[in-house]
Amino acid sequence: MSKKRIATVWLDGCSGCHMSFLDMDERLVELFQQADLVYSPLVDLKEFPEEVDITLVEGAVSSEEDLHKIRLVRERTKVLVSFGDCAVTGNVPSMRNPFGANATLQRAYLENVTLHPQVPREVIPPLLERVRPVHEVVKVDVFIPGCPPSADTIYQALRDLIEDRTPDMAQLTRFGA
Amino acid sequence: MDGPVRVKTLKIDDRDVSGREDETILQVARQNGIFIPTLCFLEGLTPIGACRLCLVEVKGVSRLLPACVTRVEEGMEVYTQTERLQKYRRMVLELLFSERNHICSVCVVNGHCELQSMAQILGMTHVSVPYRFPRLPVDASHERFVVDHNRCILCTRCVRVCDEIEGAHTWDVMGRGIDCRVITDLNQPWGESETCTTCGKCVNVCPTGALFEKGRPVSERMKRRRFLPYLTMMREERR
Repeated sequence: MSKKRIATVWLDGCSGCHMSFLDMDERLVELFQQADLVYSPLVDLKEFPEEVDITLVEGAVSSEEDLHKIRLVRERTKVLVSFGDCAVTGNVPSMRNPFGANATLQRAYLENVTLHPQVPREVIPPLLERVRPVHEVVKVDVFIPGCPPSADTIYQALRDLIEDRTPDMAQLTRFGA
Repeated sequence: MDGPVRVKTLKIDDRDVSGREDETILQVARQNGIFIPTLCFLEGLTPIGACRLCLVEVKGVSRLLPACVTRVEEGMEVYTQTERLQKYRRMVLELLFSERNHICSVCVVNGHCELQSMAQILGMTHVSVPYRFPRLPVDASHERFVVDHNRCILCTRCVRVCDEIEGAHTWDVMGRGIDCRVITDLNQPWGESETCTTCGKCVNVCPTGALFEKGRPVSERMKRRRFLPYLTMMREERR
């Protein structure tokens, strides 16, 4: 059996899911005997590679950049996993949705700033009007709810996926877990 | 009750069971340890069959029937866990989650919520319909309690407990369809309600974080409901 190519991606989330991923501790060593981590915020690679077997996506789709990234990731991934509540439901990032992107920028960059208040127009990607869960944008194959999913949950899910089984997530985790 | 109570025999999930003629499918199922999911139902309140989670299939009936308000009948063959039912139940949950802003991770009852745990029990891991993200108010005008409409699923347990048990009828329902809301008095702020006795029953029967008590940490926001069947029982005995 050839080694599975695994990637992790970080969209609009707090990185807590990636922290929980690291919490697998020594089990990471075990997992990556049978797999390679080919792209991740945890490794230094700039381009999302071709032919990835499993990609875990942390975070909701909130900006033009997220949108562009997730489409590319979907194209190059066999099994796309919504990893954590932000990816699965929109979670905390989606709390701006009832108000809209503009009100959010106003509050963050104008109302609460005393020195040169201005909304950034360059470098930072423009916000989408609505934050959306990943599966509203591209097809998702596996959902791992949790804020964040526990290290045990991630380990079990990855074990199953590496060995070509579909993990039964409802047994392991829930929204807000 | 006049005359002898008749006993009906029926099958639930191919098991032979029996119940009194005035009992519902849900009651008989629970007496026999057969799980049927519910959200609007609460022991001690009048069942209303609103949430549709307890829908069951009955052989020979093309419609699905809500177990909480359907009486048992002789020879009935009830199925509670068919694939069709599980699909519909998950759909009901998905619609409830998509309708308002249920952000479990930052909810005051995270870990003690019936909607959240029902999603896990029924294996609902994501919502396949688009979320609505409506803009809804939070009324914290009451000295002790808060109503957060973002988390309300319109089960009307608060309305029923306030009317049937406390006798105050502070709570009611306003509007139709997607605009439906629970209200206090004539849609006045809860803190200005003249009928509310501040008894807290509504808070304790609320299945979600829509009604909660101020000034308690999340870990202590368990809802206490054991009072309800006793209150109902005492009232019925006095009649």
